[in-house]
Amino acid sequence: MLDVLNILTVGVLLGGIYAIVAVGLNLIFGVIRVVNFAQGEFVTFGLYGAYAAQIATGMDPYLAPLIVVPVLFVLGAVIYIVILRPLQNDPMMQVFATFGILMVSQNAILALTGGVAYSVQSAFIGMSVSLGPIQIGLSRVIVLAVATLVTAAVALYLRHTRNGKAIRAVAQDRTAARLMGIRVETVYTLTFGIGAALAGLAGCLLSPLYTMTPQIGMNFILPAFAVVVLGGLGSVLGAFVGGFVVGLTEALAGFYLDPALKHAVIFIVFIAVLVVRPSGLFGVAGAEEVGLRDQN
Amino acid sequence: MSTTQQTVPMLEVRGLSTGYGNIPVLHDVSFEVPQGKVTAVIGANGAGKTTLLSTIAGLIPATSGQLMLDGTDISRTPAASRTAAGLALVPEGGRLFPFMTVRENLELGAYSLGRDAGMRQRIAEICEIFPVLAERQSQMAGHLSGGERQMCAVARAMMSRPRLLMLDEPSVGLSPLMTERLLSTISDLAASEALTVVIVEQRVTEVLAMAELAHMLDHGRIMKSGTAGEFRTDRMIQETYMGR
Repeated sequence: MLDVLNILTVGVLLGGIYAIVAVGLNLIFGVIRVVNFAQGEFVTFGLYGAYAAQIATGMDPYLAPLIVVPVLFVLGAVIYIVILRPLQNDPMMQVFATFGILMVSQNAILALTGGVAYSVQSAFIGMSVSLGPIQIGLSRVIVLAVATLVTAAVALYLRHTRNGKAIRAVAQDRTAARLMGIRVETVYTLTFGIGAALAGLAGCLLSPLYTMTPQIGMNFILPAFAVVVLGGLGSVLGAFVGGFVVGLTEALAGFYLDPALKHAVIFIVFIAVLVVRPSGLFGVAGAEEVGLRDQN
Repeated sequence: MSTTQQTVPMLEVRGLSTGYGNIPVLHDVSFEVPQGKVTAVIGANGAGKTTLLSTIAGLIPATSGQLMLDGTDISRTPAASRTAAGLALVPEGGRLFPFMTVRENLELGAYSLGRDAGMRQRIAEICEIFPVLAERQSQMAGHLSGGERQMCAVARAMMSRPRLLMLDEPSVGLSPLMTERLLSTISDLAASEALTVVIVEQRVTEVLAMAELAHMLDHGRIMKSGTAGEFRTDRMIQETYMGR
């Protein structure tokens, strides 16, 4: 019984992280139509950012998002403007460019750290919340709460704010959005920044639990792709629910089958869902075509 | 109220050429659209009518030529800023945002006005002109019928309080009755909102009945310009476009 609960809390932790990363990835894909291979690198930057913040100021990693999230928003916006915008008329090259960013980032971190693994300490690690007879690690509760809040915040932002509506308009029909007077390139920059910032947030939340290595981002990018497609392209709620489906599946498969098979099991579930519901759990069938129907 | 102001056309197209890649579509097109009038552009499929409107709206870059909106050169102005300058295009098929409500579509129509406190009032005004939209406000735009969709597209364009409204084949896919209703609504708008209208239409008889001026586009060139009355009685126009 306790084993199962332990596994479930691990699954919730992973699921929350995947959900945050996937909400950003889904936003970038839905709006800019770029499959962002560098999304895992933004998680890595979040991890190392939390480390740098602790080294420089002694800051607890759970407070690091206050610095890391704005920095990654700016970094994402700059990467979009400098690298991806010039390739705007060639979507395939944009995808290759994000893969290039991934390679550059991993090797730069390897060179800078000399391959030494880092870790950060948090005062909150080891604390737990009692739920009747069950003890749940505080770090898990924090991740669950932040993932829920972030998903709700992004969904409300897209639904109700002027900028959020502009983002949705660009996702649905970029030519019509231009005719409304929306600066489509600015919306792309904003969206890429938000996606990077969310991944950075996930990195900070993970930092007390994971040992940092240059390739750590790879652990998140593949599951995040699965989450986006599983949850439904363009659906924020889908990315949230999909995140937990994938996180729990991974934790359960790792325990009951074999840790080496956990990614295989994720992708079997992923394929099974797509066979039954080709548009994903929460996707709108054909939604991706709406955005693709005009590339002007 | 000086006389010079009245003689400045709302839109002046001077020697406009454009194309897709290396394929030229418009060749040295020049014409004027006078203030407050309805101008029709007619022509066969592939004559370059949609390209002409898209270039004026800034969606396609011109390869050469000049565009003057109410005396201001907008040739190098990006599309989004042309909307803010008072130009609105209703593209072919309307191109509503299908997964947004009618109300959200209307709100986005006013995006170029900035954070406008008058949004509610403008939506109420527009719904008076397009009563069918009033009851559909919370419905997804993608679920509207063809006629409602076109009405909504015109209404969305009017939300930005344009001075020049351009319409690309608004009657496509509509029944003759619906076309008549839509065109008469556009005529009413032109009369009541001090609006200048440029309309591209396949239904030549109907559009020449509502327009004051007309241009005929053929293979990317203006082949004939005149009043709508002249066009209606022109033998060649009648035979080619009006099926007589």
